[in-house]
Amino acid sequence: MAIEKILKDDASEEKGERARMASFVGAISITDLVKTTLGPKGMDKILQSTGRGNEVTVTNDGATILKSLHIDNPAAKVLIDISKVQDDEVGDGTTSVVVLAGELLREAEKLVAAKIHPMTIISGYRMAAECARNALLQRVVDNKENAEKFKSDLMKIAMTTLSSKILSQDKEHFAQLAVDAVMRLKGSTNLEAIQIIKKPGGSLMDSFLDEGFILDKKIGLGQPKRIENAKILVANTAMDTDKVKIYGARVRVDSMSKVAEIEGAEKEKMREKVKKILGHGINCFVNRQLIYNFPEELFADAGILAIEHADFDGIERLALVTGGEIASTFDNPESVKLGHCKLIEEIMIGEDKLIHFSGVEMGQACTIVLRGASHHVLDEAERSLHDALCVLSQTVNDTRVLLGGGWPEMVMAKEVDELARKTPGKKSHAIEAFSRALVAIPTIIADNAGLDSADLVAKLRAEHHKEGCNAGIDVISGSVGDMAELGISEAFKVKQAVLLSATEAAEMILRVDEIITCAPRKREDRM
Amino acid sequence: MALAFDEYGRPFIILKEQDQKTRLRGIDAQKANISAGKAVARILRTSLGPKGMDKILQSPDGDVTITNDGATILEQMDVDNQIAKLMVELSRSQDYEIGDGTTGVVVMAGALLEQAERLLERGIHPIRIAEGYEMASRIAVEHLEHISQKFDFGASNIEPLVQTCMTTLSSKIVNRRKRHLAEISVKAVLSVADLERKDVNLDMIKVEGKVGGKLEDTELIYGITVDKDMSHPQMPKQIEDAKIAILTCPFEPPKPKTKHKVDIDTVEKFQTLRLQEQKYFDDMVQKCKDVGATLVICQWGFDDEANHLLMHRNLPAVRWVGGVELELIAIATGGRIVPRFQELTPEKLGRAGLVREKSFGTTKDKMLYIEHCANSRAVTIFIRGGNKMMIEETKRSIHDALCVARNLIRNNSIVYGGGSAEISCSIAVEAAADKYPGVEQYAIRAFADALDSVPMALAENSGLQPIETLSAVKSQQIKDNNPHYGIDCNDVGTNDMREQDVFETLIGKQQQILLATQVVKMILKIDDVISPSDY
Repeated sequence: MAIEKILKDDASEEKGERARMASFVGAISITDLVKTTLGPKGMDKILQSTGRGNEVTVTNDGATILKSLHIDNPAAKVLIDISKVQDDEVGDGTTSVVVLAGELLREAEKLVAAKIHPMTIISGYRMAAECARNALLQRVVDNKENAEKFKSDLMKIAMTTLSSKILSQDKEHFAQLAVDAVMRLKGSTNLEAIQIIKKPGGSLMDSFLDEGFILDKKIGLGQPKRIENAKILVANTAMDTDKVKIYGARVRVDSMSKVAEIEGAEKEKMREKVKKILGHGINCFVNRQLIYNFPEELFADAGILAIEHADFDGIERLALVTGGEIASTFDNPESVKLGHCKLIEEIMIGEDKLIHFSGVEMGQACTIVLRGASHHVLDEAERSLHDALCVLSQTVNDTRVLLGGGWPEMVMAKEVDELARKTPGKKSHAIEAFSRALVAIPTIIADNAGLDSADLVAKLRAEHHKEGCNAGIDVISGSVGDMAELGISEAFKVKQAVLLSATEAAEMILRVDEIITCAPRKREDRM
Repeated sequence: MALAFDEYGRPFIILKEQDQKTRLRGIDAQKANISAGKAVARILRTSLGPKGMDKILQSPDGDVTITNDGATILEQMDVDNQIAKLMVELSRSQDYEIGDGTTGVVVMAGALLEQAERLLERGIHPIRIAEGYEMASRIAVEHLEHISQKFDFGASNIEPLVQTCMTTLSSKIVNRRKRHLAEISVKAVLSVADLERKDVNLDMIKVEGKVGGKLEDTELIYGITVDKDMSHPQMPKQIEDAKIAILTCPFEPPKPKTKHKVDIDTVEKFQTLRLQEQKYFDDMVQKCKDVGATLVICQWGFDDEANHLLMHRNLPAVRWVGGVELELIAIATGGRIVPRFQELTPEKLGRAGLVREKSFGTTKDKMLYIEHCANSRAVTIFIRGGNKMMIEETKRSIHDALCVARNLIRNNSIVYGGGSAEISCSIAVEAAADKYPGVEQYAIRAFADALDSVPMALAENSGLQPIETLSAVKSQQIKDNNPHYGIDCNDVGTNDMREQDVFETLIGKQQQILLATQVVKMILKIDDVISPSDY
């Protein structure tokens, strides 16, 4: 008898070998897609959105590329997901994690073809991942105690991260920017406090870190353009008409004169509010909401700088830098903390006027102004800088540092190889495969740089056979070099996250032996 | 087609629009149903056991789920066939009742159907088969009771519980950290369990997940986590010995339900109204302050002004906290949910040793931890993992483990796993079969064969020779008269499940057999399927 149909129409089911094949193919093709962006000589991708305007993004950032892809293959979705998590968690290594997971699956495919059960491969991979992590742990450098050295570590990490991005030409400049910005955070990972303002024009080299704080706003009309020793009140209050918040209240009048009276009372109320604000003894007032013309005029009369409509982030950052608190009521001037700064002035960047707060008290927040030829460049620069900032802020918390340039992969591969030799049974094949997947990363870096990868990696492997070797791939000169001397470093946390999530993802995909796809939800035909 | 003829030889129409329906009758209907049931079981068969594989399920919207949990697979499969739907129900009811063994129950039902098909071919009436199955299942359940063992555990000796949870977790993707997770699950269940009444309210255990970090970072929090942050960025991020006011009223002027209007027609009225409004805010904050609260948790939003006043008076606050979380907080901190400011009293405040805000990763994700609560009965299991699917799967696995631990607290009898219980039952049923005169004997024997299919699937999934392994274990069980021999899935080297510490709960196993038998009986009794055909 014919086999009964169990699933709905259009639903499909793939089993065993075919299912495995589908997931391998999906995962590996995603890997091949982002592979070419890996390393300092990696290439960029152009992404064109299907939405209105067909916006174009040029990027080298793995997470950004993968995020914009519309994928149907479930295994590929797993990889995109890990890259996204990597981005959220450590900020960098988004490409590496996908490439490593892809390479692990590529090796696994060969093993499956050689009739090794996926579960055996998984247990081998697990042992290998644990071993690789331990190998890294043994070789980490922790310069937490030595502030000077730590700072140079940070600098190196920033340069390494930036070297694969569009900013690589001016990486020293930007690394300095990023390190300075992160050092100001004093250990917090709240990158919100670092504001990045993008202004087209000028060149990337013109970008700068501002010690103080820049607010992308204009100063109200007729108010002072420059204030020294400013006392700032940061507020979040309605400065248009103060609505009566008691529900159901309404004004009912029976003559025109009454209207005028009420209006007068309203104005009086606002005047009083302004007076109360003035009572704080301030000379600068920043509000999150609109300031209407009338109170603005009052402020101008009192010679106070009033800035309206500063957004939420702006307000919070301003409160952070100046040390003031965000106020919404003004009845107790003595207990409201005011913010202070040495100088407020209007500055020009390109054609735009901005307000600059300098000489601030707390200095936890800062602003990076990016300049560049076009929006695309600026967007990519922002993403690169964001990556660097993320990595640095994570490194400040977890100060362990590794060398870069394929060095960690080689160290891990060597240890894993040794483990494979010691392990009896079929697992050793899987462990060996793990080490091959690790070596694939330096190979790809070399390939992308147009170097003879086979030769270089072989040399590297030979170098690594010696104890305490610092050899990695020097892409610039195209040879094997000492990574410690070249100052190429990476954060341990990033490497560890790459290793663990890639193994986890590979394991997840390997365990699958059946794919059931439900019928796609019927959509209205948009044609 | 069902056609009846009257005395003139004209066809009677019995069903409405008869020619548009397809109809299967008698043995054909039974066979079709059985093959559908078997097809579902076949899908799940490979997921059984510690070496079972996972399935990728793609939902109609394209979301991907990767899982090993039988109930989840079937639920998301979107089946169309009626009989297949029965199997889905079967697995779901096992999930509701026991929480674990959702795959096993379907495999068992599939095997029973397969055996029934053979008996049908030999001309045995389906009802007789169903009756035979019923008898056999009774024998099996009794036998399980017989071979089960009680074990003791207490708050100090959780090892047996942990071992049982580990057996459950070992078939999931999280088995890398099964020890860790099993301990977490057991501790969580014990801390909410009422050991005297043998009752566990699993609602008190909140399972939260956040992507990032690694599985090792999964932790048990003796308290509550709330996915919110302080309402004002400058409020303190950490409060010790917090006294928490739990409010369900907004920090806003009242909004009476009845329609009303406040008319303002003079300047004086306008001003008094304004003053009143200010006073209202002041009063609200003052009331919270007066009762001695050091933290306000509110279900609704705050007005900007209220927010600042709170900040100003050093009263940290959290807004927009969901109703369920609010209840959990109230339970955990021993506070009362207060619907009006007037009703705030010091006794109604909840207490927690530590409230802190914690941020994750590079994004500005923040969570609020409420720990060291006055009443530590509510706990949270906080899962971290490499990606979203991993977290979801971990959640499901933890759920299974929690259910198992709960079942053990309800009834501390266990049977040994690894297929040993099924093999032992199969031997007992086989032996009992000969005592029954009549056709049922065959059905009972078939039941015994079906019981063998679970250990067989286990052996198959573990890459062992199924028939060879099973027969070896079976003869060993009979020879030594020891029901603890099972399939050595993990290649440990011993068949004795007692040494391997592989346990399952007795009620879980019993339920599996009972449920599977019931569904099979139901399917066997169907002899006519009428369904609208496609055109």
